[in-house]
Amino acid sequence: MTGHRAPSFLLNDEQQMLSKTAHELIRERAPAARLRSFRDSKDATGFSRELWSEMADLGWLGLQIPEVYGGLGLGFFDLCVVLEQTGRELMPEPFVSTLLLGTQALLLGGTEPQKEALLPGVAAGELLVTVGYEEAGAHGDSAQVRTRAQESAEGFEISGEKVQVLDGHVADRIIVPAATSDTGYTLFLIDAAQQGLEITRQHRMDGLNAALVRLDQVSVSRDAIVGELDAGAALLEALLDRAAVGLSAQMLGASEQAFEDTIEYLKEREQFGVPIGSFQALQHRAVSVYTEIALTRSVVLAAARAIDEAPDDVPRFASLAKAMASETFMHTAKEAVQMHGGIGVTDEHDIGFYIKRAQAAYVTFGKPSQHRQRWAELHGY
Amino acid sequence: MSELAAFREEARAWIREHAPKSLWGMSGSGPFEGYWGGTKCEETDPDLLRWRDLGIEKGWTAPSWPKAYGGAGLSHEQEDIIHEEMKAIDVPRPVAGQGLAMFGPVLLKYGNDAQRARHLPRIARGEVRWCQGYSEPNAGSDLANLQLKAERDGDAFILNGQKIWTSHAHLSDWIYCLARTDPNAPKKQMGISVILVDLTTSGITVKRIDLISGYSPFCETFFDNVRVPAGNLVGTENEGWTIAKAILGHERSSIGRSIARQPGSAQREVVARARKHLASAQGPIPDPLIRDEIAALGMLEEAFHLTLARIQESTDSGMPGPEGSITKIVGSDLKQKRFELGMKVAGIQGLGWEGPGFDEEDLQYTRDWLRSRASTIEGGSSEIQKNIVSKRVLGLPEGTK
Repeated sequence: MTGHRAPSFLLNDEQQMLSKTAHELIRERAPAARLRSFRDSKDATGFSRELWSEMADLGWLGLQIPEVYGGLGLGFFDLCVVLEQTGRELMPEPFVSTLLLGTQALLLGGTEPQKEALLPGVAAGELLVTVGYEEAGAHGDSAQVRTRAQESAEGFEISGEKVQVLDGHVADRIIVPAATSDTGYTLFLIDAAQQGLEITRQHRMDGLNAALVRLDQVSVSRDAIVGELDAGAALLEALLDRAAVGLSAQMLGASEQAFEDTIEYLKEREQFGVPIGSFQALQHRAVSVYTEIALTRSVVLAAARAIDEAPDDVPRFASLAKAMASETFMHTAKEAVQMHGGIGVTDEHDIGFYIKRAQAAYVTFGKPSQHRQRWAELHGY
Repeated sequence: MSELAAFREEARAWIREHAPKSLWGMSGSGPFEGYWGGTKCEETDPDLLRWRDLGIEKGWTAPSWPKAYGGAGLSHEQEDIIHEEMKAIDVPRPVAGQGLAMFGPVLLKYGNDAQRARHLPRIARGEVRWCQGYSEPNAGSDLANLQLKAERDGDAFILNGQKIWTSHAHLSDWIYCLARTDPNAPKKQMGISVILVDLTTSGITVKRIDLISGYSPFCETFFDNVRVPAGNLVGTENEGWTIAKAILGHERSSIGRSIARQPGSAQREVVARARKHLASAQGPIPDPLIRDEIAALGMLEEAFHLTLARIQESTDSGMPGPEGSITKIVGSDLKQKRFELGMKVAGIQGLGWEGPGFDEEDLQYTRDWLRSRASTIEGGSSEIQKNIVSKRVLGLPEGTK
């Protein structure tokens, strides 16, 4: 912290109102139980397009998008206010893919024509843009890019395979990193309808939707480059930092909801003639979870604030937020299942969705151990 | 510039101009480090004494107390700013200790005019040192079980019994005690009173307690027919438990905050020890598991500081949240983790007690590690803190303890 002055953690009046509105609407319209019906009905989309466009009308999708591109021109912090609430009910709508990956790639590296062509559609809820950054066998190391882009007469021909591309099954555009030299890679913006793309839906345990994306000599022009040629690594790192902070805001919300549900259960459920919440063994563990969530709230808010106000602090705050939110969400979810007892391990109860999402979020955008390693490097040890 | 921002500039300038350079960077600078004063104080460091005098003159030993009582009549926000600016350059407060941090604020709120006029100015000037008489051998976590007897005898109370963990009683002049004035009260929290006792009164014996660290900051204090003027009762007789809880609340947040040193200092300290003991002058710490643990500590430390700042901000804005209750739990945990890791990296060089083969810094660190084990016990154990959060914040039903 420069000069030991902490960032402001307070929500202004508009942000408080936004948080409250989002909380109420999501609780009513988007309960976590939807994950079960999307799964069981084998829904082709896996989320509600109707709800997505309703949230566009409320302005939520364009909160951070500049006004010239049809957004509200607010900050990443404002976006995180909504993301926290979407996390509470584990919403499978394409927040991570489109608002955290695609939009951040365009905001950080997109050319003027790319931004003009796509951002208004994103803000209007009409366009989905994702980033396919995971490859099989890379073990979450986004720097390992085996997909290649060969220079051609028209521009580049891209071949390779991306796995678990979030919302890849419905995305209109997919941004992919592809190696353009021995040392560097480049991000390319690809139309999902393009020749040579083979997109196969994948089903994950946590209810987020994904696809395998195979690229076989997909031809793109030089205009498809997002950012600079051969300089994709820095851009990808920067956008994954933002994505990590946004996902951390969702994990914060999910932890809070799982915790609140558990506290309610501890007060209701009786054994030995008393509420199980009167047992000190459970009380102390509940307080530990409460404490972790309080700490996590501070780091998530600080990281979101840094994205808007202190760009130099973003790498360390992003790693701090992602590492802590991941550990907190996982710990909260495990304790939530345990304290629910038998019902906690049934498919009938929603708490099980939280532990599934906790595991998914834990390994997405860098595991905590990777972020601690990065933190150590950033602090010179 | 807002009024507070202007005050911060003013406070910063004054502190940096007047704080003797030898005191800059003295570790800590919490409410319990520096010049404690009292009639038994043997401090001779001229800079520390000069800093004390300057602080007294400006009323900045107790900035938010009324001027009549030796303070500067400032707001609590201004007081926080003064303390933050002292902490920013790590100079101790001009006068430190329990009187200022814990007893004074309570006397301001619950004491009568005569008591305030008599005691507060002398606390603010560091002339009288206070200690706390709370715990007893059979009243630790179950504090309300206390048995120190105070029987009315005309215009006096006669005290009989024992206090334990009376911090620095051997260096103190006065003790504020919780005593049982009504043994027949229907609940043990009732019938307790707060009584102020001059430690020079006849019948008082103070005995020091040796700790595992080799330090003896605590004492046992025995009362054998000690006669105390009835005017030394604070607040209403038999209703002292409310005051006791207020003091404990103060103690918890003080301990939580006093543990909070400079942001990043715990991480720097452990990295420095790892470099020293693992022969790694630069680059990545060679043991990747240790490195991961240090990073986890550094992250916890940062999260703790951000959380303190967040709590402070919501308190300042008039929306205090329930999260203040966790600062002692987290702060004491952080302190222990820091010393554990600092000991782990030292290996067998951390095993010294005294004498050849060990350097001063390592010997001191080992003592401090042992001392740190008390941080989750003193001022209300972490288990008691968790009981409180469970009941008051989470609203879980009272259970069998």
